[in-house]
Amino acid sequence: MTMADLRTNLAGITSPNPFWLASAPPTNSGYQVQRAFEAGWGGAVWKTLGDPILNVSSRYAAVHFNGQRVAGFNNIELITDRPLELNLKEIYETKKRFPNHAVVASLMVEPNQNAWHEIVKKAEAAGVDGLELNFGCPHGMAERGMGSASGQVPDLVEKQTNWAKEAAETPVIVKLTPNITDITSTAEAAVRGGADAVSMINTINSLAGVDIDTWLPIPRVGGKGAHGGYCGPAVKPIALNMVSECARNSRINVPISGMGGVSNWQNAIEFMLMGASNVQICTAAMHHGFRIVEDLIDGLSTYLDDRGILSVQDIIGKSVPTFSDWGNLDLNYKVVARINNDVCINCNKCHIACEDTSHQCIDMLNDPSGNPILQVREEDCVGCNLCSIVCPVDGAIDMIELNHEHPAMTWNERQTLIGSLKDKKVSK
Amino acid sequence: MSSLESSVQKELQKNFTEVIPSLTNQEAFQESQRCLYCYDAPCIKACPTGIDIPTFIKKIASGNMKGSAKTIMTANPVGASCSRVCPTEELCEGACVLNHSKKPILIGNLQRYATDWAIKNDQVLFKQGQPNGKKVAIVGGGPAGLSAARELALLGYDVTIYEAESQAGGLDTYGIVSFRLPKSVSLWEVEQVENLGVKIKTGVKVGEDIQFDEIFSTNDRVILAIGMASVPDLNIPGEQSNGVYDAIELVKMTKAAPFPTELKDKKVVVIGAGNTAIDGATCSVRLGAENVKILYRRSEQEMTAYDFEYEFAKQDGVEFRWLTQPVEILKNEDGKVKGIKCIRMRLLKADQGERRRTEPVPDSEFIIECDAVVKAIGQKRHLPFIEELDLAHKDGVILINNETMETSNPKVYACGDVIFGKGQGEAMVVSAAQQGKTAAYHMHESLKETYSA
Repeated sequence: MTMADLRTNLAGITSPNPFWLASAPPTNSGYQVQRAFEAGWGGAVWKTLGDPILNVSSRYAAVHFNGQRVAGFNNIELITDRPLELNLKEIYETKKRFPNHAVVASLMVEPNQNAWHEIVKKAEAAGVDGLELNFGCPHGMAERGMGSASGQVPDLVEKQTNWAKEAAETPVIVKLTPNITDITSTAEAAVRGGADAVSMINTINSLAGVDIDTWLPIPRVGGKGAHGGYCGPAVKPIALNMVSECARNSRINVPISGMGGVSNWQNAIEFMLMGASNVQICTAAMHHGFRIVEDLIDGLSTYLDDRGILSVQDIIGKSVPTFSDWGNLDLNYKVVARINNDVCINCNKCHIACEDTSHQCIDMLNDPSGNPILQVREEDCVGCNLCSIVCPVDGAIDMIELNHEHPAMTWNERQTLIGSLKDKKVSK
Repeated sequence: MSSLESSVQKELQKNFTEVIPSLTNQEAFQESQRCLYCYDAPCIKACPTGIDIPTFIKKIASGNMKGSAKTIMTANPVGASCSRVCPTEELCEGACVLNHSKKPILIGNLQRYATDWAIKNDQVLFKQGQPNGKKVAIVGGGPAGLSAARELALLGYDVTIYEAESQAGGLDTYGIVSFRLPKSVSLWEVEQVENLGVKIKTGVKVGEDIQFDEIFSTNDRVILAIGMASVPDLNIPGEQSNGVYDAIELVKMTKAAPFPTELKDKKVVVIGAGNTAIDGATCSVRLGAENVKILYRRSEQEMTAYDFEYEFAKQDGVEFRWLTQPVEILKNEDGKVKGIKCIRMRLLKADQGERRRTEPVPDSEFIIECDAVVKAIGQKRHLPFIEELDLAHKDGVILINNETMETSNPKVYACGDVIFGKGQGEAMVVSAAQQGKTAAYHMHESLKETYSA
């Protein structure tokens, strides 16, 4: 049996597999990055280089949900607090030991042409395979005009990308902040500035929680807290949407490195299908250690082999054409819920969810022998999926596709048709 | 107490601590998360007291422990005891929808976790109702009586419980083995009721220490929750020998320090195969008996003990001798038990709906050597008491209106074991609790018109 080729190429940066560690605490030092490569990670974006900063303690907080730990993760840590020279030396050593792995330097300096030129040259001298401009960190650095503060202004993104490109010989990736209304506007700006690739998302502005006993924010530094950046599984849908929006935008014609809540191989496949050339991961590694990469690789590899797909690159962007605007959805397409009473355990969650919060179309009845059953009144079912979402048993509720009663018609088509009819009337 | 005695007592104390450990915080939290929070949940319907189980479990999950305990205790005034003694696999857990997919929720253990929290944290869960000027006497402070008293106190009644024992709680306090239900749990429930202004007169035998007339003349209504009496005689020779015990009395002896040491290293024979027989047997094991055998004249299929109790007894090393009927207790010259003569039985074809009858196998007598005999063949009725009150009954089972718990005397209600039997009622603590509630509500209905709110 042949194993699928997992090698990826992001704007010329190659790596043995699509799994990179994102620029974050796990890539803080040569020791860590080398451990990661030993474990099997394909690449690493070094913890952001810049003028060393001062950090605070504590720094992280997580959102646990119904007993599941780390549904979301929040941090107020800044960029590297280690001397630039030390990081560069370790980058050099790491790259020497792992020549085939991708080592990318994340960079953040003040919006100044010389500063960008200088740091780009230093990083490249250490032997990096590429650069990632950090226009995303939402906390701390943003208050000093860096990170997301510049990443939220398309002109600044374009200008700074341009400055970096002026000095760069390796590919330049621009990492975007999600703390903006429309990420495609800054992605486009990065492309205009000459970016070879974009990566997204950085963390989302967040306050992880408030301690209801002490009334202090979480996390707290002494008696105070400040907003941080949110990531982890909870942000995946936001990240996936942003990747997809950029992928289907023809003006953003550069590769995308996807990240934000990627926790397993399935998530990675989703991002790649929606246009990411590779994925970056942090929270999952912080939760479980570098060893998670083994199943990321194994799961992806098996997935591809099972489908006879020879290279992971063959799935990149394959779902992008299916992702469109609401106005292009078929108004005459119809699904309804159907409950399989032989599988159903009668928890009645579908009934109460539908009855209280949806379309009141699931009845609690008894079958001829008096056993409780649940039944969907299909004529009233709008096919919202809610019942199948709350159902705790696999296979108890199917969403069944009904035959089209009317030919397919989207909202946009409908409006065009109405418009043309009006025109006809007017012309009469 | 000598140091030897105290070390023996310490050892016995260990034997009588609860066998099922309480859930840790983490276990309880995780288990509570597993509950589906069904709508119109079958577990609620399967609970005789109708505890809103998904709600109390959801409250554990949300960290609202007081609310959780209150949800339980609102529906069941002896909910802490029930969490330990209910046959949950036949009730709530048996009805859990997760039986159809994975494992049912550990409802009993979660109920125990929530009520334990209330006990440990000294919570006051209820407030006495606005006094309505009506007085009710409750005879018997067991689960049924306490439950009725609690509901009536919430409704503003002036309630007095007359309890013959020195502490209230009935079987929960005295009749259920400590390693299933520590006395302290039952006494907490008693205290909860007392906190509502209910007067509990312990050590008072109605009919002896206080006359019926006095109770009737000073109260608007009377509730009888007197339970059952001692284990009946086997009616075989040798029954008066030294070393013959009533299983309920034996259990009672283990519910207060010091533990009896007279069964240590002894061979014990228990007669009967209901839950009380199991209690008698496992108590004997835990009191240090060398060997414990349960003798039952029918077979394994007919035994009335719950499956989990049977399993538990086997785990404890109790031996079972089926189709074995005692015919004589043998004693030595000092009058002490030295053995039991039995006869083998065989099962006859079952009459419809009846338990299978047995008949002796001729010439099959044999002797089992033993030092003690524990009788657990059911309980007698408080017949003289019932007759003195002139209440309609059938062989000592007070007849009631099943809906209202009213007896043949409209001023007297009855609930608990006193109405159990002859196809009426249920023997479970949780049923007694529900009957107490029902009696209280209907009594309240009947009295409503007589006072202005």
